[in-house]
Amino acid sequence: MTYIVKPKFHHPALPKNALGYTHRDYEGSVSTLCAGCGHDSISAAIIEACFELAIEPHRVAKLSGIGCSSKTPTYFLGQSHGFNSVHGRMPSVLTGANLANRDLIYLGVSGDGDSASIGLGQFAHAIRRGVNMVYIVENNGVYGLTKGQFSATADRGSKAKRGAVNNDSSIDLVAMAMQLGATFVARSFSGDKEQLVPIIKAAIEHKGAAFIDVLSPCVAFNNHLGSTKSFDFVRMHNEAVNRLDFITGRTPITVDYEPGTVEIVEQHDGSKIALRKLNAEYNIHDKLAAMSFLLHHAAEGQIVTGLLYVDSDPDDLHAHLATVDAPLNSLGEKELCPGSATLEKFNASLR
Amino acid sequence: MKLTDIAAPDYFHKVVDCQWACPAHTPVPEYIRLIAQGRYGDAYMINWKSNVFPGILGRTCDRPCEPACRRGRVEKDPVAICRLKRVAADYKEDIKERLPKAVEKGKRNGKRIALVGAGPASLTVARDLAPMGYECVVFDGDFRSGGMMRSQIPKFRLPDKVIDEECNYILDLGVEFRGGRPVESLKKLLAEGWDAVFVGSGAPRGRELDIPGRKEAAKNIHIGIDWLSSVSFGHINSIGKRVIVLGGGNTAMDCCRSSRRLGGEDVKVIVRSGFEEMKASPWEKEDAMHEGIPIHNYLVPKEFTHRDGKLTGVTFEKVKAEYDEKGRRKLVNAGEPDQHFECDDVLVAVGQENSFPWIERDIGLEFDQWDMPKVDPKTFVSTNPQVFFGGDAAFGPKNIIWAVAHGHEAAVSIDKYLSGEDMNVRPLPAVEVVSQKMGIHEWSYDNDIANDKRYRVPTRDNVIALKDIRTEVELGYDDKLAFQEAQRCLNCDVQTVFTGQLCIECDACVDICPMDCITFTHNGEEADLRTRLKAPAQNLTQDLYVADNLKTGRVMVKDEDVCLHCGLCAERCPTGAWDMQKYLIEMTQAEQACRSRA
Ligand SMILES: Cc1cc2nc3c(=O)[nH]c(=O)nc-3n(C[C@H](O)[C@H](O)[C@H](O)COP(=O)(O)OP(=O)(O)OC[C@H]3O[C@@H](n4cnc5c(N)ncnc54)[C@H](O)[C@@H]3O)c2cc1C
Ligand SMILES: Cc1ncc(C[n+]2csc(CCOP(=O)(O)OP(=O)(O)O)c2C)c(N)n1
Ligand code: SF4
Ligand code: SF4
Ligand code: SF4
Ligand SMILES: [Mg+2]
Repeated sequence: MTYIVKPKFHHPALPKNALGYTHRDYEGSVSTLCAGCGHDSISAAIIEACFELAIEPHRVAKLSGIGCSSKTPTYFLGQSHGFNSVHGRMPSVLTGANLANRDLIYLGVSGDGDSASIGLGQFAHAIRRGVNMVYIVENNGVYGLTKGQFSATADRGSKAKRGAVNNDSSIDLVAMAMQLGATFVARSFSGDKEQLVPIIKAAIEHKGAAFIDVLSPCVAFNNHLGSTKSFDFVRMHNEAVNRLDFITGRTPITVDYEPGTVEIVEQHDGSKIALRKLNAEYNIHDKLAAMSFLLHHAAEGQIVTGLLYVDSDPDDLHAHLATVDAPLNSLGEKELCPGSATLEKFNASLR
Repeated sequence: MKLTDIAAPDYFHKVVDCQWACPAHTPVPEYIRLIAQGRYGDAYMINWKSNVFPGILGRTCDRPCEPACRRGRVEKDPVAICRLKRVAADYKEDIKERLPKAVEKGKRNGKRIALVGAGPASLTVARDLAPMGYECVVFDGDFRSGGMMRSQIPKFRLPDKVIDEECNYILDLGVEFRGGRPVESLKKLLAEGWDAVFVGSGAPRGRELDIPGRKEAAKNIHIGIDWLSSVSFGHINSIGKRVIVLGGGNTAMDCCRSSRRLGGEDVKVIVRSGFEEMKASPWEKEDAMHEGIPIHNYLVPKEFTHRDGKLTGVTFEKVKAEYDEKGRRKLVNAGEPDQHFECDDVLVAVGQENSFPWIERDIGLEFDQWDMPKVDPKTFVSTNPQVFFGGDAAFGPKNIIWAVAHGHEAAVSIDKYLSGEDMNVRPLPAVEVVSQKMGIHEWSYDNDIANDKRYRVPTRDNVIALKDIRTEVELGYDDKLAFQEAQRCLNCDVQTVFTGQLCIECDACVDICPMDCITFTHNGEEADLRTRLKAPAQNLTQDLYVADNLKTGRVMVKDEDVCLHCGLCAERCPTGAWDMQKYLIEMTQAEQACRSRA
């Protein structure tokens, strides 16, 4: 039961980005996930986002834990750096890597089991430390890899494939991320790339802890009636508060919109997001209101999607720690090991 | 945009680009797969049914299928469809038992058909009608059957034994061949009481070049097709050392290459037009140049020079191409001095014409303003309901595969006419649809895509090839090369079939498709839709497949243009909404079955 290798041929009119790459150049090995898995669509969205941003593949580090979701970094950005950690430990490995080399783009890819069960503590601390990263949870409400046990994000009252009911409260990673100080928080759906791709692009441009919860139906174990993470359920209960029409670098946005329908969000580095509001009241800069909006809709069984919160002036772990600007691997032995005299001085400063 | 009706036989037929482009609609990918499996006899029979002369066409076909081949749209070169046909013919087992049997004289249906000319058109009509019990008698001025396949195409491209074999398959069906018997009067022929007459007499006249010196130097100026047939039948076996061939079509290529083998050492082709616009197929030009024959272009012959009744050369005016505002090309004087080329012989290959001196104009058979018979392009009947035309005789010189295609259609018409049916009601093709799914990720065709570039057909070394005009130049693929070339075929007849009701819109097919063929979007006008797809659908000759029944109310749009038929969409679909189904489309030929089916 092996797939054939995806043929090398590509459409003759495929667009190329500024680096001369097509989106096919951002692919990885062929996926071994179940046919139809939402995770594969998220991989495709990451590929599209990196292609559109013309990111040099060698500037990306993909890190993940354990789970079907955590396997996906193999299936995209085949020319990038990768690290597959133990279950739930991606955030600490990512944090360490980020401290060592602040120049890379960090893409943490995890599952709801990996992040909300075994790795909940790691998740919390990486977020609260403000590590500059894109943290994506591919959220299917189950442990897909171990054959479909409820995960901690499964909604109370939702049903497993064979009818068992989940009686535990669910963890809402989006609400937690906001509460823990993430400076960019979004939720989207694997079946809606038009919404998801610009969110990933914006998150990559964001210089701080960016968290994206992506509902990603598990076709094998959690796509039945009674599940709240199925294609049908998510489509029916999706309350999209906005759509990111596009994000640009420093070039001015020239597209005309009807007044009042679009909000331009300028990020710290000067890049801009054009936000088309679908819900007039929703304010992406008001964290408290956003959290109450989320909880309110969750209670009604609605799934709020879109860019939910953004701090336009974030800072990150390196700022908190006042680390050197240069990545550690670019420093010489003298800078890294300044000698016992310097150590003495440093120790003295702590006494 | 309107939803696609995939049940219409033409829809999926068009996706099989090669078969659609083949005038006889040969099921190309079907026979290529059989070749890959080493089933040469089966591959041959598929060809034999459609195009009647697989061994001949596998060496000589004009191959309209190849420019159409989808492979040529995803990489540089199309599949070598034509030369794979030859593989089937070369390596097949004895297939005589699989051919239809001659109908014994006493068991025939009593209807008699006269066929004028023993070229591919007539022979096709005879092949289709003889097994049905018609008495078919073929007349030809030549003593051997085959028409121009025998008289014109040089033996180094097409050996006699291949022509003998395939013409005999037809004559052995109880078809009578009367060689050396030119029909001198259609009126008389009709008076003999034939039930129908098929005219497959070709376009036998070579165009003249009336410029000064033509008459004076006539001894060394030859009309290409007359010269070639004299060579074929052994009446001519030498030519001067220095030869000029005038003309840029395939006849010119055969003339120059033949000259090289009959003593021509300094042989050149000189054409009026530019090199690119020459009528000869690119591969014919390549073959000629490979044999050391230069091609000079933009030279219009002005005068044959001669001394004492002997040709000394040809003078040319140098021209250049100019285009008017409508983009039409005109050749105008280039303002350079005339050029003179010396030579011993000239071969004039500047075109071919029809001529029907043997058809009286008062027998109810109308001719048009160009003195061509009025022939219905669908039924091939003339204005005399008893007389049918086909091949080069119908609409001017084309090629073998068109002659075959005409022959099949004319046979259907003749059969309908002689059975009292309306020949304008044409039988529909037979379509067979079979899912290729064998298991998860398992298909009954090889869906893996080979990256190989087109394989060259091995040829004999020039030194040997140029020694004898009867030595075949191409050696053909061996079985290993044939397999590798066959694997390049994209199996375009294995269709992607979509069932909207089953789709959960998970995007798996969209994401996996290597060619970005599939898009889920809201419907719109075709022109607009073509711009909104995952990859722009700029090839307007290729259809969009639009299907509905999706929960979100969107439509599935697939651009058929560069689909590799790799089946990955179907492998990735969790619900079986995509399936790979083989569409076998066979054109209906004259046979018992086609009467009831129509
Ligand atoms: C030099 C040359 C090379 C060619 N090479 C190729 C090639 O490589 N591939 C390709 O596909 N096509 C090629 N062609 C074209 C191809 O040969 C013709 O298109 C094809 O043979 C036409 O078939 P047909 O059945 O219409 O008639 P023909 O093949 O022309 O046969 C007509 C027959 O009718 C006979 N005839 C004519 N008048 C009478 C009469 N009054 N009574 C009795 N018999 C008569 C003739 O003797 C002849 O045998 C070539 C043509 C030429 C001239
Ligand atoms: C330390 C440890 N505990 C338990 C497991 C077994 N295990 C493997 S994957 C997994 C859950 C994965 O769930 P999730 O992160 O949601 O990924 P999914 O497969 O659903 O995408 C578990 C519990 C393990 N591999 N390692
Ligand atoms: S790839 Fe094969 S099936 Fe497709 S057009 Fe070419 S020859 Fe025909
Ligand atoms: S067969 Fe399917 S996956 Fe393969 S190229 Fe065609 S549409 Fe794409
Ligand atoms: S893979 Fe199948 S179910 Fe999924 S979108 Fe494609 S056709 Fe629909
Ligand atoms: Mg999970």
